[in-house]
Amino acid sequence: MMGSDVLPSRLTRIATKLNGPNTLGNSRAFWTAFAVGMLAMIAYPLVAGSYKAGQTSLFLAYGLLALSLSLIWGYTGILSFGQVAFFGIAGYTYAIVSLNLGGAFGQTVALPVAVIVATLSAFVLGYFMFYGGVKNVYVAILTLVVTLVLETFMAQTAGSEWTIGTVKLGGFNGIPGIRNFALGVEGASITLSGSGFYWFVLALLLLTYLGARILVNSKYGYALVAIREDAERTVMLGYNVKRVKLAVFTLSGALAGLGGVLYATWGNYMDPSVFTIAFATIPIVWVTLGGRESLLGAIVGTIIIERLRLWFSINASEYAIVFVGAILMFTILFVPRGILPGIRDMYVFLRKHGFQEAIERGRLTAQARLQSLLGSAGVDVSESETAGGSEVVRE
Amino acid sequence: MVTGFSATGTLTPLIIGDVLGALDSVGVPVQQLLQMADNIAFIALAAIGLTIIFGMMGVINLAHGEFIMMGAYITTLSVNVAAIPLPIAMLLGAIGTAIFGAIVERTIVRRLYGRLLDSMIVTFGLGLILTQGTRIIFGNSLQSIGTPFGQVPGYTYSGYRVLLLFAAIAVLGAVYLVFTRTEFGVQARATIQDPDTARAMGVDTDRMYTITFAIGSGLAGLTGALYAPSATIVPGMGQSFLVESFVTVVTGGSSVLLGTALAGGILGTINAIFSNLYGNFFGQIALLITAIIIIRLLPDGLTGLADTVRDKLGEQQ
Repeated sequence: MMGSDVLPSRLTRIATKLNGPNTLGNSRAFWTAFAVGMLAMIAYPLVAGSYKAGQTSLFLAYGLLALSLSLIWGYTGILSFGQVAFFGIAGYTYAIVSLNLGGAFGQTVALPVAVIVATLSAFVLGYFMFYGGVKNVYVAILTLVVTLVLETFMAQTAGSEWTIGTVKLGGFNGIPGIRNFALGVEGASITLSGSGFYWFVLALLLLTYLGARILVNSKYGYALVAIREDAERTVMLGYNVKRVKLAVFTLSGALAGLGGVLYATWGNYMDPSVFTIAFATIPIVWVTLGGRESLLGAIVGTIIIERLRLWFSINASEYAIVFVGAILMFTILFVPRGILPGIRDMYVFLRKHGFQEAIERGRLTAQARLQSLLGSAGVDVSESETAGGSEVVRE
Repeated sequence: MVTGFSATGTLTPLIIGDVLGALDSVGVPVQQLLQMADNIAFIALAAIGLTIIFGMMGVINLAHGEFIMMGAYITTLSVNVAAIPLPIAMLLGAIGTAIFGAIVERTIVRRLYGRLLDSMIVTFGLGLILTQGTRIIFGNSLQSIGTPFGQVPGYTYSGYRVLLLFAAIAVLGAVYLVFTRTEFGVQARATIQDPDTARAMGVDTDRMYTITFAIGSGLAGLTGALYAPSATIVPGMGQSFLVESFVTVVTGGSSVLLGTALAGGILGTINAIFSNLYGNFFGQIALLITAIIIIRLLPDGLTGLADTVRDKLGEQQ
């Protein structure tokens, strides 16, 4: 009897924590759409089959990596190229621990161990950077350099002296034979593959997303945004900016690490390609496209880009990287806040001003953009407005 | 600079050989010194284009490695396809990259002044397109042009790589002269310090930004051109310069010349020692750790330290 009384009030309490100015979509309409979307995601394996679900679960694992970057870059304003480093460190740790221990229990233990190792790595690097006064671009450069150095290191571990326990690190070839993820102890375990693995990853991603929403809408989240907007003023207001930066960097390292573990069990292998500059870019592309200041945007961006990359890898594999680079440049130059915030702005505008005015505004913006583009190429079009297009062409 | 060393090039290795032989006979560790010189030259040349663009404009060009690659490709293709003499091909590599840099500044980088992280990401995207585009057009590697001048007599060291140290010194010297002794240099520095005042004094600041970016790009191209004869010409070759150049920028601080020279000297020496003892990877690790320690102790990099020392000396006088 008491249960029915307590439950709704608890639910409202959680709901108020989930909503706030730091996230897109706080309305009832948003949450309804979100619930429908979630149901569709849950039902996906039943419709598309286990194989496709298994494929898609990689995108969801990448979603954790995207969330980690959105927190550190989008919300706190610290551009980290090193999220893939923690992703890779966790993947390697998971491979080493699970293969050494063997069995379902070994895998169950390896998951937290790997996440802890990634978290500690992020803590150590973050401590040296933030307490060392490293700021802005220097953070980006240092994290990139650390990632590249890790690639150099893992690539030269081909020799048999690089063996931890019974596992050879394997240099460029990496560590093969990582088994599908299993939970439990010997005799009482479930192995997750196909649809099962998909649901497992989806649940982790959902929990992480909701947790991150609560975080960014809490007082702590306000501090993060304050640091992004003006770190020095935040110091003046009495916040320990270094500690907050370190904490969020460590947390994002943990999230990236969790993604890395799922990646390792998904592909059943781990190699140094996760530390390459090409892979280090990918999370930045996801988050940039989706909207870096939006947690949901980061996940949506991930799924869109990865779908397209999958298409490219089948149909035109050598153009995949060109496409990724082009998306990155195009988004930053023309939709700097990303597509999800862009759609939200458009929705708000339409509700306020109506369709007619939106078209007019869009036409003017496009015209201004085109003019500035031509202007930067050395063609002067600003004065030839009334004379029509022919003048422009002749010039 | 380029024509300078080609004129003396045929003689220099012989003279160097004699000098080194004499040094060796009195107990100087010549082999190690050669390696150190090679490393210092590599680091200074890898970083100079990047530091100019960062120090003068505050923009981090993450396509820097690809600009170096472009210089090397233009040089190699000029020699292989058009049979152009090497020094002229190198000049073409530098000029071609400078022109490309000017176009990039006008069309892309210009829109992102004041959005530092965004400009980083856009140039990163540009770098990806350049690398993969090169791979699509020219394949996985180019036939490399031979290294001129052979070995230093009596040592297992390429004479050409020794010459690169002099090339590095010449480049730093030329940069110093251009930015301190020419009308352009004064205007460029004025633009960096105070764009509004510079504009009021009649300086075309837009043009200054374009030229500065072009010079930085051209120097990256020149680095690629200089290393073209002794490197493997592959689309991803720019990456082998990245770690060194970024670490140098971070440790050097904002002064273009002083920072690069000091950081190049210190990091090159450390890299040489650790590479010699434990291999390339530990050389890189040592660079990274040195960089982190230097930033920890000197937030403004080596430039900041140099300024402090100068101020102290000034007070004593």
